[in-house]
Amino acid sequence: MTPTSQKKTPKRTPPNKKTKKAPAKASPKASDTWDPNIVVFACNWCSYAGADTAGVSRIQHQPHFRMIRVMCSGRIQPGFVLRAFEKGADGVLVSGCHFGDCHYIFGNERAVEQFEKTKNVVRLLGLEEERLRLEWISAAEGVRFAKVINEFTDQVRALGPSRLRPKRQTG
Amino acid sequence: MPELAEAALKTNAWACYDCGKCTATCPIPRIGGDYSPRKHVLAANLGHGDDLVKNGSLFSCLTCGMCDRRCPAQVGYTALVQKLRELSYREGVEPECPHGGALHSVMRMMATGGTQQDRLRWLSDDLNTDPKAGQVFYWTGCTMYYDAFFPDFEIRTLEGTRAAVRLLNQLGVEPVVSPDERCCGHDLLWNGDRKSFELLARHNIKLVTDSGAKLLVVSCAECLRTWNIDYEPFFESPPPRIMHITEYLSERMPELKLKENDGQKVTFQDPCRLGRHLGIYDPPRHVMKELPGVELVEMRRSGPGAMCCAGATWSNCDRFAKRIQVERLREARETGAEVLVTACPKCQVHFRCAMKDPKIGEEILIEMRDVAELVSDALA
Repeated sequence: MTPTSQKKTPKRTPPNKKTKKAPAKASPKASDTWDPNIVVFACNWCSYAGADTAGVSRIQHQPHFRMIRVMCSGRIQPGFVLRAFEKGADGVLVSGCHFGDCHYIFGNERAVEQFEKTKNVVRLLGLEEERLRLEWISAAEGVRFAKVINEFTDQVRALGPSRLRPKRQTG
Repeated sequence: MPELAEAALKTNAWACYDCGKCTATCPIPRIGGDYSPRKHVLAANLGHGDDLVKNGSLFSCLTCGMCDRRCPAQVGYTALVQKLRELSYREGVEPECPHGGALHSVMRMMATGGTQQDRLRWLSDDLNTDPKAGQVFYWTGCTMYYDAFFPDFEIRTLEGTRAAVRLLNQLGVEPVVSPDERCCGHDLLWNGDRKSFELLARHNIKLVTDSGAKLLVVSCAECLRTWNIDYEPFFESPPPRIMHITEYLSERMPELKLKENDGQKVTFQDPCRLGRHLGIYDPPRHVMKELPGVELVEMRRSGPGAMCCAGATWSNCDRFAKRIQVERLREARETGAEVLVTACPKCQVHFRCAMKDPKIGEEILIEMRDVAELVSDALA
């Protein structure tokens, strides 16, 4: 685990302009280590707030992910995850409230059903199952958020780039 | 838009004399929807393409081909829709998929390729197949994906696939069932994504050509249409003979040893791809009539006039589609049949989904099976 010393949490960096420039600056370094593209789906009430806690508490973690906030993890249907893979994501993390804590009472139970379906399809496609992960992170668990992100980033990095990444895309 | 005039010319749309039979016969307006094939044909003829291509209404078409059959001027509306959707897709218009585009993503990932799919896990030990080369290639279609994706509908489309292989084995054929098969691209083509479709077409044609197969047996009606019609321009060498499983069984029915049955009443849903698109009506009926104890009763609308399962390309499921399905299932129940037999896995998916309706589910509940399953069960 090598947490990079970035001060801001990645979700706070303005989109597009800065992220586009970054690889050009970092190119001499980026050539020897490959960084994965990870998509994190987080529910509004727990996981996203957990990421926020990690941010305001200045807990360091790896920044190679883009976060997409949804109201409830139950909303994260297979289409979301599969489209992320289709567009070139190397890993997808689905996160929501712990059981019993769901803001919508049983939304995370639906999330499990949707996740199982997604996993079945990902398995059929021949993509490594380790590229897909489901985690429960509460609003107070900033430390846990950082830990999950670091673990997952390392896990995906070890697998290398997704073989389903469209060919026109590089880096 | 110059493509519009070309599409109108190629699909005979210019011959339209504005009689409106297409709209009158279309299942969507008949069930109460606001959809008019005639308007689309006229717009294409007049060159009013911008609105037509961008407003997304083209994606409401079920592509069932009912209008093509009834049109007195032989306008190919379904073919026109296929072409216009390509223009729509280019403009960034995408259909609203009830499954969040999941299945389209799967197909596009198959088009990109790069991974080894795990698609043959369903092959049980009693089935003899060859992964590489042989005289007969059995095209499985994507039933394993449907079963994985729709666990809540309790569908078993893979049973039909297994039954087809079992029957081929019974007839002394060890078919090629390849782990490298990819989606035929049917749904991508019908949603306008020609680029991905072409990638899939080239891959699949190479796969079948390299296997050395002289005969390609297909279970899924949509795959069959794609192989027969849409793949035609991509063949570099003479294509193998392409047959639906029911056509093949129909030819070799006397060779199968069948057991006596207590009697079962069944009815048949003509898949639109098999029927109106390819004109295959008799082989499935012939096969079922040969089965001892099986009585085939026809629904009010059958054969060329059969109603569609209202969801051909995972893109147009709305309240009208549901109504069409419910009405069709009521027709099936009216016949008094115990089993609704189809020859396309998607018909099963869509009707099973309609049966999930908590209010009227009981009224329209009926067992659904593939033709191959029915035959396989009758084996001695």
